[in-house]
Amino acid sequence: MSGNENREKYKLNVGKIYEGFVIDHIHAGRGMKLYKDLGLEKLDCSVAIITNASSKKMGKKDIIKVECPIDRFDLETIGFMDHTATVDVIKDGEIINKPKLSLPKTVKNIIKCKNPRCITSIEQGLDHIFVLTDPEKEVYRCKYCETKYGEQ
Amino acid sequence: MRHLLTPLDLSVEELETLMDNAEKIKADPEKYAHVCDGKIIATLFYEPSTRTRLSFEAAMLRLGGKTMGFATADSSSAAKGESVADTIRIISCFADIAAMRHPKEGSATVAAKHSRIPVINAGDGGHQHPTQTLTDMMTIRALKGHFDGMTIGLCGDLKFGRTVHSLIRALLRYKDVRFILISPDELKLPDYMTDEIKRNGAEYEEITKLEDAMPRLDILYMTRVQRERFFNEEDYVRLKDYYILDMPKMELAKEDMIVLHPLPRVNEIAVEVDEDPRAKYFEQVQYGMYIRMALICMLLDISL
Repeated sequence: MSGNENREKYKLNVGKIYEGFVIDHIHAGRGMKLYKDLGLEKLDCSVAIITNASSKKMGKKDIIKVECPIDRFDLETIGFMDHTATVDVIKDGEIINKPKLSLPKTVKNIIKCKNPRCITSIEQGLDHIFVLTDPEKEVYRCKYCETKYGEQ
Repeated sequence: MRHLLTPLDLSVEELETLMDNAEKIKADPEKYAHVCDGKIIATLFYEPSTRTRLSFEAAMLRLGGKTMGFATADSSSAAKGESVADTIRIISCFADIAAMRHPKEGSATVAAKHSRIPVINAGDGGHQHPTQTLTDMMTIRALKGHFDGMTIGLCGDLKFGRTVHSLIRALLRYKDVRFILISPDELKLPDYMTDEIKRNGAEYEEITKLEDAMPRLDILYMTRVQRERFFNEEDYVRLKDYYILDMPKMELAKEDMIVLHPLPRVNEIAVEVDEDPRAKYFEQVQYGMYIRMALICMLLDISL
């Protein structure tokens, strides 16, 4: 058996899931953040996160597999975090849907405005809403103060 | 029900109608002295202001209405920790229209969301100040006759200067307006505004020396470096007197150029300039009251 075949045989893998979703082709290093932003740590279900998996297309990638009811599915957050990732929705052990991800026009309570002058910094119960203002450059701005996400 | 949160809440046609109505009121104030009888404006000022608050109050009083409100956050429930959302819900029970100034950016958007009466953004931090823009637009139209093809120099604090941001947005809807942005590096126009200028295909230039711009300008819009926008006193002290418009600089300008300023002025325009016929910033204040009168009527659905 060659070295490459051995590597393939013993590579880290996680078994198939019966119901849930698989997020594949996540940019390497973004998996853990996505796990947190999707609120998966709060769910009472099995989650496998593989980071730095080898990928022919990407070199390295992250993968998340979640065994959970498929109605608990937040495409918007995944699209915002990494719209080049792929998603398989699985039911009864079969892939039933491969929704296409895109940058959402608005994102609610996924990220917070860090501008200390923004009304979101003091107003109670106010949702943090960001609006996609430049799809080409993937720029999101706070709905209230218009500060660019990541600028503060 | 409508609100005015940014200058772009009004279409160009609506803006023109508003300015026409303001001109009508200016020409014959007596005729409109009772059109708002029985109406109340609430002026909710969480941040000190003399001009804007009094301008709103004078506007409503001259239309026959009444005023109520507060002039600092200390004298409102905000001091007890009340949210903007709750304050406007309460005010909606008392007044017919509200004008709100708040130090936080986006506060007027929050107020409008929870209000049952029209909300006018009278300044939300360094973000927007649409009625100042209406004032500026009306002054320019009254004194220059049109907006198309104008070269406007915006000088001073272009970073936190909300009046500048709002004015640029309003002017971008007219043809061939050129902007000369005059500021120190630290107070340059934010990138979202320069992006907007680019997207609209307008010409702009960023420079630091006021003298270089003077001969080319049709309008010079001076601004004050605002102490309240700085977290660091040292930066404020260093930048506050960066530009001072004086007579030697005025001599470089065209004879029909006009100088505007949202006021209050501190040191950025020398007092000697006040006597120059091109200094129009005090006239501007008067136009501000008439345009607010027209705006109040528009938002209260009172036809003139």
